[in-house]
Amino acid sequence: MLLNQFLLLAGALFCIGVYGVIVRRNGVMVLMSIEMILNAVNINLVAFGAFNGTPIGSVFALFVIAVAAAEVGIGLAIVLLIYRNKKSIDFSEVDTLKG
Amino acid sequence: MDLTALPLAEIVAFNRPAIDWHGVAPELILLGFGALLTLVDVIFLDRARKISSALAGIALLATMVPILTLANDISDSGARVMFDGAYVIDEFSLIMKAVFILSGYVVILLSTNYIAEGDYWESEYYGLLLTSILGMVVMSSSRDLISIFVAFELLSIPSYMLATWKKRSLESNEAGLKYYLMGVFASAIMLYGMSLLFGVSGETILTKVNASLNVDPLSGEALTSSTPIITLGVIFVIVGFAFKVSAVPFHNWAPDTYSGAPIPVTAFLAVASKIAGFVALVQLVFVGFYARADVFEPLMWILAVASMTIGNLIALRQTDIVRLMAYSGVAQAGFILAPLAVAGQVGDQALSSVVTYLAIYAAMNLGAFAVILAAARKTGSTSLDSMNGLFSYAPGLAIAMTIFMFALAGIPPLGGWFAKFEIFFAVVEAGGTWAILLGVALALNSVIALYYYANIARRMWAEEAPNGDLTPIRVPASLSAALVLTVVVTLVFGFLPGAVSQFTDVGLIAGG
Repeated sequence: MLLNQFLLLAGALFCIGVYGVIVRRNGVMVLMSIEMILNAVNINLVAFGAFNGTPIGSVFALFVIAVAAAEVGIGLAIVLLIYRNKKSIDFSEVDTLKG
Repeated sequence: MDLTALPLAEIVAFNRPAIDWHGVAPELILLGFGALLTLVDVIFLDRARKISSALAGIALLATMVPILTLANDISDSGARVMFDGAYVIDEFSLIMKAVFILSGYVVILLSTNYIAEGDYWESEYYGLLLTSILGMVVMSSSRDLISIFVAFELLSIPSYMLATWKKRSLESNEAGLKYYLMGVFASAIMLYGMSLLFGVSGETILTKVNASLNVDPLSGEALTSSTPIITLGVIFVIVGFAFKVSAVPFHNWAPDTYSGAPIPVTAFLAVASKIAGFVALVQLVFVGFYARADVFEPLMWILAVASMTIGNLIALRQTDIVRLMAYSGVAQAGFILAPLAVAGQVGDQALSSVVTYLAIYAAMNLGAFAVILAAARKTGSTSLDSMNGLFSYAPGLAIAMTIFMFALAGIPPLGGWFAKFEIFFAVVEAGGTWAILLGVALALNSVIALYYYANIARRMWAEEAPNGDLTPIRVPASLSAALVLTVVVTLVFGFLPGAVSQFTDVGLIAGG
């Protein structure tokens, strides 16, 4: 069965994504890292769905894809707002709130 | 892999499942009014500004009608189950729906003047608020991984936009950005956990997931302890929601987001959004993961003790009242998580203590934000110093704030004491070393919290007003209504604890 390979791929993508979210300071790169985690989820869901012989996995993956699109849309809007106000999308410069 | 094994024939022969229209009436009404609000905005443009907040208020009151009829109905004929148990309307879900709708109504009362006076986009604001409340209402009935995920996103995505509402203010942008990044990251981790749990069980309905967590996925034998994949799945899902309820160590976004967002939105995030996270956690713990108490109980124990202690200690040295409320919210989250750490032993009792706490927490926290909002109308700031001498020029506000502060601290006879008592009682009832240690942590933290809550009261009553400025505060009618509502609820729940426990004494959640 090929399940292991799919899970390893998903696990690797997940780790790369988490690393990217934590380390990257560029707004667009962080969004891409989040997308990478979500794609790891989709691979898991589809692989498990095929392994268990049920279409639920693919249906779940479709929901994830649709919602991820909405989420990234909002994310880009926020990054755009910050670019308009600050002329930069470096998240380490967004630090007015402290305490 | 044999793709022909997929039961494609079943997909083709799709039959629409029966829909219980009465059961989903609250959701449909909210959806309809949300769409209507957007439509009215598009057609009437500026003229719609005047009616949008009233329309949103009417929407929430109209939603209460089917909730009441459903409550009457299920007390006779039992829980209503839809979609093989993915969507359940039972006592628990109706109580939480009512809490969401009423706290949403108070948030609209808080927003009315604030949004109208601040040159913001108005109709979209109320449309997004209704959408977010719709997500919460759906969340209280979801008993399925997919519907929990969709409800979670439906309530989160509009709130990212609400936090960023002051488009030209960098603070508000930053508040929204931090909330968005943490929220999306948390939901991605939660989804990874869900995908692992789906892999173990091949099902997404919580009762079926629960049944399969007792069985070894490979050998098919009964499990005595957890396997790594199940442990990882349960932990990831709970961590995802721990972000939402701002439990330590996932609380970093809360103070920044709360202080940068518009104050009514902060109240919404601190109350409704946080309660929604707890509703999801409660459903997962009591329906989805109940078989794996050996995994979630230690995790909840750590989250509860860390949130209480760290939240309270950082709250002690805050100089801004909104940030203080954020950290006090972190500590309160620790209190609400505590019964979940003994859920395996005491079951029903832990559930009803959490529901009680959530209902009372909504009233007292919204009230505190209402006073902060009213005081900021005059002082224009949210620093702790701006509360100085409040009693000398706004005695009503000062008395209300004192009630909320002592209620949050848990002083009898105000609402909070009964909530804390229930939690404490459930933890002690469980017995055992770890539960007793948790009880000790609860008791110590109640004392620490009293210090900073009482300090706010002291500032209002004993200090001089800044610059000796004693002009009274003009409190608009809608804000006064919100204050009266929350004060009455806080007092009633405190003096007549029977009134709240009668509603919150729910049995274990129906899983379908």
